[in-house]
Amino acid sequence: MTTAAVKPALKPATMAQALQRALRDAMADDPSVHVLGEDVGTLGGVFRITDGLAAEFGDDRCTDTPLAEAGILGTAVGMAMYGLRPVVEMQFDAFAYPSFEQLISHVAKMRNRTRGAMPLPITVRVPYGGGIGGVEHHSDSSEAYYMATPGLHVVTPATVDDAYGLLRAAIASDDPVVFLEPKRLYWSKASWSPDAPSAVEPIGRAVVRRPGSSATLITYGPSVPVCLEAAEAARAEGWDLEVVDLRSLVPFDDETVAESVRRTGRAVVVHESNGFGGPGGEIAARVTERCFHHLEAPVLRVAGFDIPYPPPMLEKHHLPGVDRVLDAVARLQWEADS
Amino acid sequence: MKKSSTPVQEPPATAASRRPTPPPAWQPRTAAAPLLPDTEPYRVLGTPAAAAADPALLLRLYGELVRGRRFNAQATALTKQGRLAVYPSSTGQEACEIAAAQVLREQDWLFPSYRDSLAAVARGLDPVEVLSLLRGDRHTGYDPYEHRVAPLSTPLATQLPHAVGLAHAARLKGDDVVALALVGDGGTSEGDFHEAMNFAAVWQAPVVFLVQNNGFAISVPLAKQTAAPSLAHKAVGYGMPGRLVDGNDVLAVHTVLGEAVERARRGGGPTLVEAVTYRMEAHTNADDATRYRDDSEVAAWRAHDPVRLLERELRERGVLDDEGAGKAAQAADEMAAGLRERMNADPVLDPMDLFAHVYAEQTSQLREQAEMLRAELDAAGEPR
Ligand SMILES: Cc1ncc(C[n+]2csc(CCOP(=O)(O)OP(=O)(O)O)c2C)c(N)n1
Repeated sequence: MTTAAVKPALKPATMAQALQRALRDAMADDPSVHVLGEDVGTLGGVFRITDGLAAEFGDDRCTDTPLAEAGILGTAVGMAMYGLRPVVEMQFDAFAYPSFEQLISHVAKMRNRTRGAMPLPITVRVPYGGGIGGVEHHSDSSEAYYMATPGLHVVTPATVDDAYGLLRAAIASDDPVVFLEPKRLYWSKASWSPDAPSAVEPIGRAVVRRPGSSATLITYGPSVPVCLEAAEAARAEGWDLEVVDLRSLVPFDDETVAESVRRTGRAVVVHESNGFGGPGGEIAARVTERCFHHLEAPVLRVAGFDIPYPPPMLEKHHLPGVDRVLDAVARLQWEADS
Repeated sequence: MKKSSTPVQEPPATAASRRPTPPPAWQPRTAAAPLLPDTEPYRVLGTPAAAAADPALLLRLYGELVRGRRFNAQATALTKQGRLAVYPSSTGQEACEIAAAQVLREQDWLFPSYRDSLAAVARGLDPVEVLSLLRGDRHTGYDPYEHRVAPLSTPLATQLPHAVGLAHAARLKGDDVVALALVGDGGTSEGDFHEAMNFAAVWQAPVVFLVQNNGFAISVPLAKQTAAPSLAHKAVGYGMPGRLVDGNDVLAVHTVLGEAVERARRGGGPTLVEAVTYRMEAHTNADDATRYRDDSEVAAWRAHDPVRLLERELRERGVLDDEGAGKAAQAADEMAAGLRERMNADPVLDPMDLFAHVYAEQTSQLREQAEMLRAELDAAGEPR
């Protein structure tokens, strides 16, 4: 035991480790939390996020299921009906699709259909996004499908701290949460102590990752580090960019976003998901509705192209990077106000 | 297919008659009532039955097996050298891969899963084109119509309904075409597997399902995948024959698949074949198999290796000598050397290819995006 006076040492930890710890702590605190999915038991998941859970809590708490996503989520619905808190792992973004029938027709709607009598506290963890050289079907940004389905919360961390805090909050939520894990940030590191984990923040609050005054970059998940890097690079051009990390796409924190854009007067939404029908359209519309009289330029979007995710050798041309963000910032009608 | 001939009686419309009528005696719906599969996999090699086999066929299968083994080894090596992004090896499963390709005729179709590069190569496709997916330059590097091989399917079991639909369409058109679809033991848990089996049986589609039961779905052993006595038993509930075969006995797999293809061709409908085999390597190069299985288990299967089983048979029968084996090895080495050389050249990729083939006709949005990328590439001084 450490005494209260001794601060736990901060050590570099990866997002993957923080997520593992969040699952572990949630299971230790609440016996109704059960993890299920493909390879989550003995193997500890293909990304090792469930490493050690079966050993510590037993196979009934962390279960290797048959290979069937619809079955995994469908049985999770039944488990939740009976008072458990299932945390489901989908192995990759594109392999969650067989479960959409259960997700859209039942997980998202059960509370509403039963007039509140049958809430479903299910967390669906989905590694998502590209940038890891994955072959076909391993790099989808599927957030728009989830966002377009009323009844689901959609959450995505961008930092090691948030990975822990948001996953704890997701599991504690009485509503179903689709928890999107940016797989290319799994190995990103930060000083973090598993013995004094970050406070569990409520779902639905965006955060200003970097304050600035010239324009606001609105982003989330895998694109947060890209925007922070762009903001650093933009200093050379004389722009002081603010970066807002949404953390939660549903619920959407209109307040934090609008407050920032009213202050800066300019905004660019940045995400990896394709632009057409993607999250950026919704975000740009909301910003415009709330900040119209403060805007010096239309809200722009930087997104993945409107194409099926390309083969790994071409993905660098598809993914929105620092240059595309800076190009968009340059198009925010700076001449007009000088 | 003949409908059951039980006459349907119109019930009189009285309240009393709404009581359920007893069901007619149970009748199998298909002409050939499927029997429960044996619980012992069918074997030929090492039994007296092998003596009846055509030596020319055996030698051909041997050559293919040796080449197949070499292909797997070379692809694995290319992964270590960074030439492939990933390789799900079928080492240990070559008998299934080769037999699947060998039993098909020119006009038939193969529906491979992501682990079945070898089957696609054995069907005649250019190995470099097949490996394109795993190298990471194309999603599908070959033209599926060239040798009638559907794209390697990564989302598990999703290729099975496609095979059924294609076979059904061919039959509707009056064409003599059989589809053979490959799936792993894990894939049999997916809904698509069950739906495909059911459609195939109801439509009596000329399709053969080959389940390569290699013991594992990544880390998950078969015992956690199914409680059925065998995967072949699953056929029975859908009304089709299920066959269980030793998946490392190439002659047995060839025989059973050949019969199933022939049955489908004659209008006898679908068959489910379960081949019991073993995945000798890790799931892919990214996997650590020591986390979920013992080396002793792997060693036990090594003694039942498909290449060695056939080689022993051939040598005992005097069909193969050192010279013959040496020739087969040399042919395999030459194939591997050629593959190595071609794979060591970097593929030449045009980033503008991102926008090709998304639609038959490009949308104005995609044209705009293509222009944006073109401008970026020009600014970066990339050659057109
Ligand atoms: C729908 C779907 N879910 C999950 C995966 C991830 N995945 C790839 S291979 C694999 C295991 C497949 O096992 P099996 O069907 O037995 O085939 P094998 O790998 O043994 O050839 C899994 C879970 C996938 N590709 N598709």
